Amino acid sequence: MNKQMYDKKNVIAGIVIFAVLVSFPFWYNLGKAAPAPELVLTDAAKAAKECVMSKEEMKAGHMQLLDMWREKVVRESDRIYVSAKGKPYVMSLSNTCMDCHSNKAEFCDRCHNYSSVTPYCWDCHIDNPKAEVKNFKVSENSKEAK
Amino acid sequence: MENSRRDFLKIAGISALAVAGAEPVLNAFASEHGEEASKAAGFQKEEKALTAKQWAMVIDTRKFKSAKDLEPIIEVCHKIHNVPDFSKENKRHIIKWIWEEEYKHAFPGDASGFTDERIEHLPFLVLCNHCEEPPCVRACPTKATFKREDGIVLMDFHRCIGCRFCMAACPYGSRSFNFRDPRPFIEERNPQFPTRMKGVVEKCNFCAERLAAGQVPACVEASKGAIAFGDLYDPESEVRKLLKSNYTIRRKAGLGTGPTIYYIV
Repeated sequence: MNKQMYDKKNVIAGIVIFAVLVSFPFWYNLGKAAPAPELVLTDAAKAAKECVMSKEEMKAGHMQLLDMWREKVVRESDRIYVSAKGKPYVMSLSNTCMDCHSNKAEFCDRCHNYSSVTPYCWDCHIDNPKAEVKNFKVSENSKEAK
Repeated sequence: MENSRRDFLKIAGISALAVAGAEPVLNAFASEHGEEASKAAGFQKEEKALTAKQWAMVIDTRKFKSAKDLEPIIEVCHKIHNVPDFSKENKRHIIKWIWEEEYKHAFPGDASGFTDERIEHLPFLVLCNHCEEPPCVRACPTKATFKREDGIVLMDFHRCIGCRFCMAACPYGSRSFNFRDPRPFIEERNPQFPTRMKGVVEKCNFCAERLAAGQVPACVEASKGAIAFGDLYDPESEVRKLLKSNYTIRRKAGLGTGPTIYYIV
């Protein structure tokens, strides 16, 4: 039986073009993998030496930790987190985390951009409260009690 | 191989035992991962934190003469909670945590046609009533608003989807919706308190963040003694003493929501 392929030239050329196009992103970017971002620790963070959890745990699970903190603070009104080493911390993204890591652009954003995630924490939470807190004054009445 | 019923039951019995015996071992493996973070770490309340069964307020309206007396109270609340000011932009977008209201609007059921002059022109300070049976909590489809164990009706802004059912359910108009991004409208923000984002409902939180730090709400502090704050179910509390010795009214108490803001008139 004679098997005849019609338009052999066009079909094979088409298949080759298709394969090239589909694999284009892979071979074009070959060997050009974006380097993992380098995070910058502020002086305060360096001085503290340790975070609320170990570095590895924080890298992998800071989002779960923050989620748990939110649940505890908002729903159960527990505001103190005691770390595995027995050190207490106030559970607050702005006032605790961002107090040390006041460089959001070099600490949070670099990794988030690299891994293409866009958390909306900072739509509400203020990213560098320390820089602003000096300028903020409440009226005379409430200052007295503080 | 011929299987008798007897053999089958034997094997089934042994298998069941094996599974039952293995379960604790499997559980031990499972808990070794996953729960690591919460196992070692603990959660606590702040030591100074004020607690109660049901927080309540008594507002002595006899100590207010004009709207001017209320201004500093409203200002301090809105300032420390980063409440945006939309009053110059669009009156319908105004966000209120605590504000003033005329008697006939605050107490529509009680107002008669002929009210005495002092009451008629007196500005009443109104805020979320932190009801004992809050209708907003029942209306919320996501449990973003809930009643905390100390009686505060609180918002979890993370969870609010902006459906505004709670606003429809609240008979006091205590809730406001962020129709726009509020950040540009906060004149001077308190960096220690978060702002809100477009599309969430907000309201008075009875200064939950101050209670946690052992302070009374900011409005109580700024009122110079006109507002008392305390536990409604503690007979020795300041509010109970005032309630015992004064005639008080509540807003729309007939609706059965159990408002916990009392007014001495």
